Amino acid sequence: MVGILEDKDRIFTNLYGLHDWGLEGAKQRGAWNGTKDILSFGRQWIIDNTKASGLRGRGGAGFSTGLKWSFMPKEVREGRPHYLVVNADESEPGTCKDREIMRHDPHLFLEGCLVASFAMQAQACYIYIRGEYVLERERMEAAVKQAYEAKLIGKNNIHGWPFDLYLHHGAGAYICGEETALLESLEGKKGQPRLKPPFPAGAGLYGCPTTVNNVESIAVVPTILRRGAEWFAGFGRPNNTGTKLFCISGHVEKPCNVEEAMSIPFRQLIEDHCGGIRGGWSNLKAVIPGGSSVRMIPAEACEDLFMDFDALSALKSGLGTAAVIVMDKSTDLIKAIARISYFYKHESCGQCTPCREGTGWMWRVMERMAKGEADPKEIDTLLEVTTQIEGHTICALGDAAAWPIQGLFRHFRPEVEARIAQYRSGKPFVQGHTLAAE
Amino acid sequence: MSVRRLAKEQPASWDFASDTLDKANWWIAKYPAERKQSAVIPILWLIQKQDGWVCEPAIRKLAEMLGMPVIRVLEVVTFYTMFQLEPVGKAALIQVCGTTPCALRGANELMAMCASKLGPKDHITPDGLFTWQEVECLGACVNAPMAQINDYYYEDLTVETLGQIIDDFKAGKSPQPGSYAGRHTSEPAGGALTLTDPKLFDGSKAKKIKIPNAPEPA
Repeated sequence: MVGILEDKDRIFTNLYGLHDWGLEGAKQRGAWNGTKDILSFGRQWIIDNTKASGLRGRGGAGFSTGLKWSFMPKEVREGRPHYLVVNADESEPGTCKDREIMRHDPHLFLEGCLVASFAMQAQACYIYIRGEYVLERERMEAAVKQAYEAKLIGKNNIHGWPFDLYLHHGAGAYICGEETALLESLEGKKGQPRLKPPFPAGAGLYGCPTTVNNVESIAVVPTILRRGAEWFAGFGRPNNTGTKLFCISGHVEKPCNVEEAMSIPFRQLIEDHCGGIRGGWSNLKAVIPGGSSVRMIPAEACEDLFMDFDALSALKSGLGTAAVIVMDKSTDLIKAIARISYFYKHESCGQCTPCREGTGWMWRVMERMAKGEADPKEIDTLLEVTTQIEGHTICALGDAAAWPIQGLFRHFRPEVEARIAQYRSGKPFVQGHTLAAE
Repeated sequence: MSVRRLAKEQPASWDFASDTLDKANWWIAKYPAERKQSAVIPILWLIQKQDGWVCEPAIRKLAEMLGMPVIRVLEVVTFYTMFQLEPVGKAALIQVCGTTPCALRGANELMAMCASKLGPKDHITPDGLFTWQEVECLGACVNAPMAQINDYYYEDLTVETLGQIIDDFKAGKSPQPGSYAGRHTSEPAGGALTLTDPKLFDGSKAKKIKIPNAPEPA
C-alpha cells in the first residue's frame, strides 16, 4: 500500500478523472446517496456532526467549518436571504486541488452545496470560479444542468429544500480568493477586500448574511455525514483530522495530486506518492509546505515532519492549502522567493498603502539581492519593512507577501550574504561606482 | 498592482452579436433583479470572446446595459488582468505561467523560447497571429510548466512540445489541450498509484445506506 490512507477511505474517488464525471458515474461512486435522510435529520444535526468531525476549512486558514456555519443567524429575516458562496477562485501558487474536484467530481461538490445551504437556511448558492478555469466552468455548468434535470437541486427538488445554485466567474485576480474581495467581485466591483467587522455572516453578499467556504471544505461534507463524523475524525492527529488533498509540485520525481490522511509524515508523502525528491532525499533543500504564502522550511526540519496545521505552525510555517512546493539543491532560493514577491506585487489590489507600495519595494530589493547587488545592511531594512507591512493591511495579502521573505532569511540568510559578498568581491567598491559605470 | 490602460486606437462603435447578447441576458438572469451589476465580469468576458479584446465603445455599451456609471465598468476592466485591452493574436493568445512552481520546472526556458520565436511578450506578432504573455499562477502546478492557450490548459510542456504547439497553431491546426507528457491528468507520471481498488467503482457505493449517528426520534 502506498501512503497511509486506503482507497476505501478516499472521498474523491475520481480525482484523476479516469471515470465518468457525470451524474450516473458519480452516483455509482456514492454521491447523492442518502442526501434526503441527511437533510431530514435537521440543520443542527448537520452542523453538530460537521463540528464533531473536526473538519477545518481547506482554503488555507484552517478554521472549523461547522463552527463557521453556526455563526449564521438562526432566523431568516424578511428581505435578508441567506447565501452560501463557494470560493473556487483557486489561485494560491502551488495549489491545484479544487480544479480536480470541479472537473472530475462535480456532483460530490454540488451535493455539498445543497447540504451546507440547507444547514445555513440559504436558498441560493453562488460558486465563484476563477476566470482561467474555462474547462472546469464548462464541466460545472454541465453538472449543474444534470442536477437540475434530475431534480436534485432547484425550486421543486426531491430533497424538499428549495434551492438554486448559480455559477459565477472571475477574471484573473488572486485577491478575489479573499472572502470579502470575492463578495465585492461577485457584486460586480473591483475585488478590494472589505474591512471586518461586519463579518460576512452578518453582512455579506448584497448586505445579506453569507458564508464563504472553500470547494474542498464543502465537497467533503456529504461523505463525512454519510460515513460518520468519527470516521473522518479517525484520521490524523487530534485537532488536525480528516483526509486532505495534497498538491505536490516542484522538484520531485513525479509531481501529483493525492488525497492522503492528515498528519502524514512529509517524507512518506513524497517517497510513496511522488517517487521521492529529484536526485534523492539528501538533495532536498527547502520546502514551501502550504502554498506560496507560508514561510519555507529547510530540509533539516523535514526529517520527521507531520503535514498538518499544528505541526507546521509550530515551525512558523503553515499547512495553508497543502500545496507542497519542493525545492532541491539546484534551486536558487533567492530567485524563487523574488519571483513570489513579484507575484504579490502583481496581485496587490492597491487599496492599502503598506501593501501597494511595500510589495513593489520588496520585489525590487529581492531582485537586487538575487543578483547580489545589495548592501548587507539592507537585509535588516528589508526584514523591518516586512514587519511594517504584516498586520497593517485590511486583508492577509500583506502578510502573505511578507512571510515568504521572512522565511527565506530565517533559514537561508547566510546564502544571501554570500551572494552579496561574491558580487562585491568582483568589483571595486567606490562610492558612486554604479553611476560611473553607466 | 499592474498598470493597465485602454488601447490608443479604438473602434468608433461596437455592438453585441446576437448570441453574445443572448448569453449576456442569461448571465443577468442569475442575479437578483436589482443586482444586475453582478454580471459585469461574465459579460465583459463574453465581449472579449466576441472580439478577442475589450474596446472602449463596448465598455460604454455595457455600462448602459447594466445601468452602471461608465467609470465603474472601466474600473473593473482595468483591475482584472484577464481582460485584454488591446487586440491579440488571431491564431493564439499564449499565456505562459511564470510563477515559482512552474519556474522551478522550466517555465523560464519556455518563455525564452517564446521570445525568440515570437518576439517580445505582450506584443502581437507582425503577422497578427500570436501574442504571448507571462501570467501569474494558473493553478495547474503539478502539471508544471504549463500555458493557457486561448481558453485551455496545455500542461507538462517542454521547449520542444510548446514549439510544436505554436507551429501547429500557425499551420491552422488546433492542438489538443492537456498533458504533453503522456499523463491523463494530475496523477503521478506512469499511472495512478491510488484509487485502484475496483470496489470503489463497482456500484456497491450506490446501494441504500443507513446514515450513522441518526438523532434519537423525539
